[in-house]
Amino acid sequence: MTETPSRPLVHDLYFEGTPIKDTKAPNVSIEQMWTKREFDAKLVNPSNRRKLSVIIIGTGLAGASAAATLGEAGYNVKSFCYQDSPRRAHSIAAQGGINAAKNYNDDGDSVYRLFYDTVKGGDYRSRESNVYRLAEVSAKIIDLCVAQGVPFAREYGGLLDNRSFGGVQVARTFYAAGQTGQQLLIGAYQAMERQVAAGTVTPFTRHEMLELIVVDGKARGIIARDMVTGALETHLADAVVLASGGYGNVFFLSTNAMGCNVTATWRAHRKGALFANPCYTQIHPTCIPVSGEHQSKLTLMSESLRNDGRIWVPKRREDCEKDPRDIPEEDRDYYLERIYPAFGNLVPRDIASRQAKYMCDDGRGVGPLVGDFRRGVYLDLGDAMRRMGKEQLAEKYGNLLDMYQRITGENPYEVPMRIYPAVHYTMGGLWVDYDLETTIEGLYAAGEANFSDHGANRLGASSLMQCLADGYFVLPNTIRDYLAGGPFKPVADDAPEVVEAQRSVQERIDRLLSIQGTRSVDSFHRELGNVMWEYCGMERTEEGLLKGIDLIRSLRDEFWRNVRVLGSADTLNQSLEKAGRVADFLELGELMCIDALHRRESCGGHFRSESQTEDGEALRDDEHFLYTAAWEYGGDEPPTLHKEDLVYYAIELKQRSYK
Amino acid sequence: MRLTLKIWRQAGPDVAGDFVTYQVDDVSGDMSFLEMLDVLNEQLNSEGKEPIAFDSDCREGICGMCGLMISGLAHGPEVTTTCQLHMRSFSDGDTITVEPWRADAFPIIRDLIVDRSAFDRIIQAGGFITVNTGAAPEAHSVPVPKANADRAFDSAKCIGCGACVAACPNASAMLFLGAKITHLGEVPQGQPERDSRVVKMVAQHDHEGFGGCTNIGECSAACPKEIPQDVISTLNKDLRTALRHGY
Amino acid sequence: MATTTSPATRPTARSTTIALKMVMAVTGAIFALFVLAHMYGNLKLLWGEEAYNDYAHHLRTIGEPMLPYAGLLWVLRIVLLVSLVAHLWAAFTLWGRAERARSHKYAVKKRVRQSLSSRWMRWGGVFIFVFLVWHLIEFTIVRVDVSGKPVPDNPFQLVVDSFQVWWLTLIYVVAMLALYMHLAHGVFSLNQTLGWTNTKGTYARAKVLGHVVAAVVVVGFLIPPLAVLFRLVK
Repeated sequence: MTETPSRPLVHDLYFEGTPIKDTKAPNVSIEQMWTKREFDAKLVNPSNRRKLSVIIIGTGLAGASAAATLGEAGYNVKSFCYQDSPRRAHSIAAQGGINAAKNYNDDGDSVYRLFYDTVKGGDYRSRESNVYRLAEVSAKIIDLCVAQGVPFAREYGGLLDNRSFGGVQVARTFYAAGQTGQQLLIGAYQAMERQVAAGTVTPFTRHEMLELIVVDGKARGIIARDMVTGALETHLADAVVLASGGYGNVFFLSTNAMGCNVTATWRAHRKGALFANPCYTQIHPTCIPVSGEHQSKLTLMSESLRNDGRIWVPKRREDCEKDPRDIPEEDRDYYLERIYPAFGNLVPRDIASRQAKYMCDDGRGVGPLVGDFRRGVYLDLGDAMRRMGKEQLAEKYGNLLDMYQRITGENPYEVPMRIYPAVHYTMGGLWVDYDLETTIEGLYAAGEANFSDHGANRLGASSLMQCLADGYFVLPNTIRDYLAGGPFKPVADDAPEVVEAQRSVQERIDRLLSIQGTRSVDSFHRELGNVMWEYCGMERTEEGLLKGIDLIRSLRDEFWRNVRVLGSADTLNQSLEKAGRVADFLELGELMCIDALHRRESCGGHFRSESQTEDGEALRDDEHFLYTAAWEYGGDEPPTLHKEDLVYYAIELKQRSYK
Repeated sequence: MRLTLKIWRQAGPDVAGDFVTYQVDDVSGDMSFLEMLDVLNEQLNSEGKEPIAFDSDCREGICGMCGLMISGLAHGPEVTTTCQLHMRSFSDGDTITVEPWRADAFPIIRDLIVDRSAFDRIIQAGGFITVNTGAAPEAHSVPVPKANADRAFDSAKCIGCGACVAACPNASAMLFLGAKITHLGEVPQGQPERDSRVVKMVAQHDHEGFGGCTNIGECSAACPKEIPQDVISTLNKDLRTALRHGY
Repeated sequence: MATTTSPATRPTARSTTIALKMVMAVTGAIFALFVLAHMYGNLKLLWGEEAYNDYAHHLRTIGEPMLPYAGLLWVLRIVLLVSLVAHLWAAFTLWGRAERARSHKYAVKKRVRQSLSSRWMRWGGVFIFVFLVWHLIEFTIVRVDVSGKPVPDNPFQLVVDSFQVWWLTLIYVVAMLALYMHLAHGVFSLNQTLGWTNTKGTYARAKVLGHVVAAVVVVGFLIPPLAVLFRLVK
């Protein structure tokens, strides 16, 4: 990035740099763009492919599908995951379904409509070209998954069943009970394991990437820690793909898995990859409320429940303590149906979440008091139960309802469920171009790890679609354009860049172990999470964000003085693993606040109190903020903002309205 | 409530381990079992003792990473994963013994963590349908009768946690194997490789050192996803068919 | 753990543990049919000396003159002997595998679903084998009259003499309880191993079948000795 000479320091927090642009999308109409790019991207002769190596970080839907597909093509793939098996990646927890523009129901769906819905759902903050491609390849995903044996739900005729899902009016969501993510991931995992058997993919489980190796401006490898032996390993390759997921765990409490972390992408960011829209966080409206201080994570209930459940709170505050079954119909406020008659309970996630917060802020929340506050609203399946009967309801949502009962100890068939929003998905991530290549040559990002397709808010059942689109169909076709230029000059094991990367990782580990302070890693993480939820959560203000930045800085400072990590570096050491991740979250958190602060508009999951309509709806400011904010790491200096202007050719820009 | 925990501690794969007794106070019924261990670990950390290593990831019962033998029961007294086991299933004053999965095919790495990569290798041996990206026909070209699709799904619910192995007196992985064989055998796409798949997967299972099945059902009883024993019958049937077909 | 290993030789269905289990199942099925037939023959005792001895004689003359005297009996004996060897070999091989599969036992292990019969398959099997050896010595190979009388030529008389001794009958009763458990689980298990229990219905029926077969065999077997003991047959 070349800096403008003056480098104005904005808000004392960041510099503004030169604009950035995607140069890879062909300059043709949106319908022909992907076909053209697939054609233009250089081919690699099959016999040369085995000489080319690709490192893939993460084995979720994006990582496993990319590993499988690149392996099938004949490339030499090394796959890394921190879990004990690739099958455990957190894609497995996705419940609801996967969208695809199949139009099996002839209800007016099409590639264009899926594209349109996704851009609109993302509040016009995503890049048209990428989203159109996503919609275009979506149908092929279903074909492939069915061929892999993924047991999607079917109708009695033997054909695939569809349902409609959060925020759209067509039934285009394919599902496997409430375990769609699991079934898709097992499909991708099996495809990948097939390649392991074939010798094209080498798996490295219980390995965590701790550094990116960049040589001559190109990503050429990683430093990974074998989490069993503690050994630091250097792995070199011709290209590196980060499919390491999102960073929702910066909030400590989220629906992410315990191990989800930002380290891989953050290390790449520190080495020069721009990080785009870090503040775009999706808060999922239908999670099981927090029950106490010990809570280690939050559990999501698929929002497919909103298809049949009705959300309400008592009209009167004094009813909040009552047994919900004793509150008569006329004393219930079905607030989503009241405020948004057209979409009712199916409004997009950000709206549903914020409204729940407002109801609780208004003192009409339900459930136990946590602190002095009731965090919960009712999701009532009573009507559905009367309409469908218990058996059909159980068939549709059985596993979700069982899970709810197990966690809360309450029977959802009898008592309305309680839900509250929780951090669920991060739309931000490494900035990538149309080829999914980051600003470091040869470094690609796929799935939730990149920023590309969901704009400021993701629609339900779109993340599985995006991950598999990236991994199966997009990345393998774009990365070949880069690999065709290889094999690149071999990197020596003692090249200065390699040695430096090894040294910095070792030094960091040594430092974490040598502090021997008084506070556990978890206590820092929890505190960071509280700061983020409070000041960079569902509703953000300038004042709050400034305060949040201060708090994070001092927490980070204390972390490096006072954290206590016991044990040694040369064994399995879970505190050490967590410490490294939390250290990176402490840096990311600040950037998220800066991003949220600079974007003085509301859009999608990012709601700035200063920018709302008279009736409290998010108010975009297209005149000033119609861009993707891509941040360059500044080291000891503040970060630098590069704007990528968003231009809409195929879709007319509108204020989003679900009324 | 106040609990006494006897927990297996083992510093590494090749060193001897032993039980260590801990006290945990103020355990709330709303805590999950693993959150209770988190609390204990915080306590140990503050005393300058190394925390207990145990596996967990999603903590919502689907990734299959967690798995502890809790007072002699795989995943504890409820039919669920360890992460979804809540402390309301225990009472004040209980003594709980916590051990890792024990099977020679699952060597201990540290404390309560075992190496389950044998499962991955069983899948590598044939737990897939051979189809390359790009080669798939239109999804609706082959209808699948709902009954088959449902059974395929019910079998595919397996999370690969290893509780079946842990609970089996023979440390057999036939339930894991049977679930995969049934899943892939129930869909039309899985038919071409049906014979070779079962032979390769069972051979790998045996090679990993799991025991044979004696049809007693501890596996299904321990399975957090309630996979029934009849998948093992399907596995056996497939092997018999393969035998007949000369594999 | 990046190391992957796989079997060195091309796997065959024959060499798997499931094939071993099938050996158990098929030989077990032969024994189940055998004990049913044996039990049926024993009941002839109730019809008196002549009926029983005729039956014993007839066993030896079936198929004559196509087969030599006792030809079919020897064919059956060879089948049973081979089955026995195969059943034991498979059982001990699987038992050894299971022991090696968990060399470090649990400190605490609870049983949830396993039935008494399934738990006693191995030691119960060993007990039945020991009993079988005695049973063959007593009535076939050596012919021992435990009552102390000279050994009669007449099969009926040998049986009656023997079971009038209370402790011998008691041994047989205990052996039959062991056989009940072995059959109850064994018959179900062979259905499962041969892959005939793929649905909830067939699975449940196989469980019931195990107990029905076991009950029929054991009750049928116990009637003659008890009848002798209580002097209903003399």
